[in-house]
Amino acid sequence: MQLTVLVFLPAAAGLLVLLLPARHARHARWVALLGSLAALALALVLFFQFENGGGFQFVDRASWIDTGAFEIEYFLAVDGLSLPLVALTACLTVVAVLVSFSIEHRQRAYFASLMVLATAVLGVFTAMDFLLFFLFWELELFPMYLLISIWGSGRREYSAMKFVLYTVAGSAFMLVAILALAFSAGTFDMAVLGQSNIESAVLPLRWVFLFLFLGFAVKLPIVPLHTWLPDAHSDAPTAVSVMLAGVLLKMGGYAIIRTCVTILPAQANDFGIWLTAIGAISVLYGAFVTFRQTDLKRLIAYSSVSHMGLVLLGIGVLGTTAMVGAAYQMLAHGLITGMLFVVVGIMYERTHTREIGRLGGLARQMPLIATALVFAGFASVGLPALAGFIAEVTVFLGAFQKHEWAVLMAIFGVVLSAGYILWTLQRVVFGPVRQEWDGVSDQRYWWEHASVAGLAVLVILLGVYPDFLMDMLDPAIGVVSARVAT
Amino acid sequence: MSELDIVGPQIAILLAAGAVLVWDALLPKQRAALPWLALAGVAGAAIWTTTWVVRGDFQTAFDGTFALDQFAVFFQYVFAGITAIVIIASIDWVEREGRRQSEYYALVLTASAGLMFLAGARDLITIFLALELSSIPQYILAGWGKNQRSSEAGIKYLLLGAIASALLLYGMALLYGFSGSTLLTGIAAAIGENGAENRSLLIVATVLLIAGFGFKMAVVPFQMWVPDVYQGAPTPVAAFLSVGSKAAAFAVVMRLFFEGLGEEFLSNDWAMIFAVIAAVSMTLGNVLAIAQRDIKRMLGYSSIAQAGNFMIGLAAISIAGEHFVLGASGVLLFVAAYAFTNLGAFIAVIGISQHIGSDRIADYAGMWRRAPFLALALAFCLVSLAGIPPTAGFWAKLYVFNAGIRADLVWLVIVAVLNSVVSAYYYLAVVRQMFLGEARGEARLPVSPTVGLALGVATLGVIVFGIVPTPLVEAAREAAAIFATG
Repeated sequence: MQLTVLVFLPAAAGLLVLLLPARHARHARWVALLGSLAALALALVLFFQFENGGGFQFVDRASWIDTGAFEIEYFLAVDGLSLPLVALTACLTVVAVLVSFSIEHRQRAYFASLMVLATAVLGVFTAMDFLLFFLFWELELFPMYLLISIWGSGRREYSAMKFVLYTVAGSAFMLVAILALAFSAGTFDMAVLGQSNIESAVLPLRWVFLFLFLGFAVKLPIVPLHTWLPDAHSDAPTAVSVMLAGVLLKMGGYAIIRTCVTILPAQANDFGIWLTAIGAISVLYGAFVTFRQTDLKRLIAYSSVSHMGLVLLGIGVLGTTAMVGAAYQMLAHGLITGMLFVVVGIMYERTHTREIGRLGGLARQMPLIATALVFAGFASVGLPALAGFIAEVTVFLGAFQKHEWAVLMAIFGVVLSAGYILWTLQRVVFGPVRQEWDGVSDQRYWWEHASVAGLAVLVILLGVYPDFLMDMLDPAIGVVSARVAT
Repeated sequence: MSELDIVGPQIAILLAAGAVLVWDALLPKQRAALPWLALAGVAGAAIWTTTWVVRGDFQTAFDGTFALDQFAVFFQYVFAGITAIVIIASIDWVEREGRRQSEYYALVLTASAGLMFLAGARDLITIFLALELSSIPQYILAGWGKNQRSSEAGIKYLLLGAIASALLLYGMALLYGFSGSTLLTGIAAAIGENGAENRSLLIVATVLLIAGFGFKMAVVPFQMWVPDVYQGAPTPVAAFLSVGSKAAAFAVVMRLFFEGLGEEFLSNDWAMIFAVIAAVSMTLGNVLAIAQRDIKRMLGYSSIAQAGNFMIGLAAISIAGEHFVLGASGVLLFVAAYAFTNLGAFIAVIGISQHIGSDRIADYAGMWRRAPFLALALAFCLVSLAGIPPTAGFWAKLYVFNAGIRADLVWLVIVAVLNSVVSAYYYLAVVRQMFLGEARGEARLPVSPTVGLALGVATLGVIVFGIVPTPLVEAAREAAAIFATG
């Protein structure tokens, strides 16, 4: 029951928000906050009850649709790989609600969409029936489309549609692969699929692997399927950017480990080196393109492409260490990039610009925001004692023996990231003070303090005490790499 | 007597058609009762069918030319539902039109009786007569409107329909000439005996039959009439054509090809033809639908594409062997889901267009504010047409794709899923207009109770079968099972 409650709590809160009478519309944020806090509390309870290395836990399952030809179950469970991502989602949902506190336009619809989005993402991370997984994967599109196209800025409808079409095109291939797999194995049960040795399917298993990968790679995203991401980010409201970079991209990495690698280990071995290569190219390409960005949100978006490349690089190595590093990088990137978007969002509310060229010397006018931006920037570069460092080092350690060249490329990418982050900080935070921003206020609302401080604490925690996550990830990833090794 | 009992449902409907005409002649002041009289006939047909289900004693009549089996029962229910919804949705329009009200209902009922005869026809002559019985009233109905467009639609439909009937007759003549029997079972026996030597003749006959029925199914390359007729015909009639005659054509094609031409060497040939037609129909229909500015034309092209989707099920049959029933039941499921969905979409168009006096998609902008119920119902139906969960359309697509994959038609399924992406674009573009567009005019649109009722029933079907598809799937499987034993 716990997982069902956790997954649908946000959606229930969203429904409640919709039912609020119009004169109480401004209380929508409180309902959403309570709902997301309750989900977070439940996620933490599960997190501490979880038994490391105990396989899939908190199982909720029931037969849903049994047609005789195939059976679709309602089947939720978490293991050491998905539970941290569930917790991350719950955390970032709270943050997303907090940074939306100043939303004025159609509040009820806004918070309801945000809550449904949270349910969809939690569902993706917990669904263990492949078709249920697919349903949650698709469900996420609706709220995202609305959130970007109604509350976004700039070319919001274009960006929202682009996001939807890219994802739907990817998931079309995914559906074919899912049906082919389920047909040859006779089940949609991902736990069973992850243990059976599928020898053949109606189409070559290489194609099944590639189709699945394509669906997930769009989400991750990899170069050259990444172009929707900068558009979506730059036109999305802050909270949506937080959710998008923080958890939606992770759906791709999670799904590649959970399905591509676990269900089709032989094909994963064949394609591993390609995944690593694509990952390394994404790291470098993303870093180079980031240098050219003049819009803060686009800059973070392209840096995400680069950082998520590292995830794919680690997965492609297929070893325990590298994949744990990849999973850790997903969590670290979720928190760090979430924080970057929060800070940039707060800045944008004051200055109404994200043009790096128009900003400057903000350390004087808004010291708190500037500090937070510097902190998040350093975390993004991979400063030791912060979350990103652990992730990068683990990936590099795991990958070095197998693909030295990829690590060298990735390290160069990290060097580049230091370059663009420091250059950006220098232009935005330091440098000559601009008169233009004299009267602009600093971070001052409690919700701003809470979201920034909360994320900063987590980034430090993951940086100095990685073991509490490593102990959880290690056994779960170990199962996956053991399948690939044999 | 017992033979009349078997065709009781059809007789009930024909009696109602007569009763409507007599009522109008005797009580011209009480015209308001006409549609309810017609509905009583439809209800009688449904009840009569139900008594047969309860009796569970299925049999053939008139020397085996007509069969009342699960398959026929399934379609009789579908046609009763379609006719009832169309009649309810027509009430407003017919009253406004004012003239010849009884004739309108009588023609709809006659066509409906023809459709019901088609579902059980097992003999070439019966098939042809039933087809004409349903077609001729539809030609008249297409030209029912007072404007030139409608007349053009009627003439166009009639001329092309006559050509199609001619092709069909040629095909039937060849089959009869070869086998010396008009009974499908007789034809099957003759083919089993010495069909292989006369393969080329049988292929010519098959192609002619496909051409004749292709017109009714509205698939490429027999689709030219569709957009013009849908646009020109009165909207309730277009709704009727788009689901009624299409569903009947698929019913009779299944009966004819599985029972009569099911021999393996032959079925491999026609399955290939169906696969190619399916791919071309989907692609052409969807691509052309994108460019449409008129919602009825858009629905016209979309119905061409949807027929392509049905056809995957036909193509999946011969190759599938043991999974034979999967493809057949997939077609049935799709037909039923599509009937609800497309009717819902057309009725919503009736409700909206009769007030704004336009069928242009651009004029639907902001409809969510002006007519929330109509907009929401239309949105649900369009989402279902796009095959997005949780709607009936999703399960239909999933089921048919699954059948395709099991029949080794992976290429076709890939074409289909990519087409789903394309179709999602134009379906959702309408949804976007309605929900995000700026309303043109402030006035709220009134929803007449009859349109509301018809739309409510159709949309409820879309949603209920979207969440609990099992009963419909079961019914479709049972109906399709007759081909497995036969």
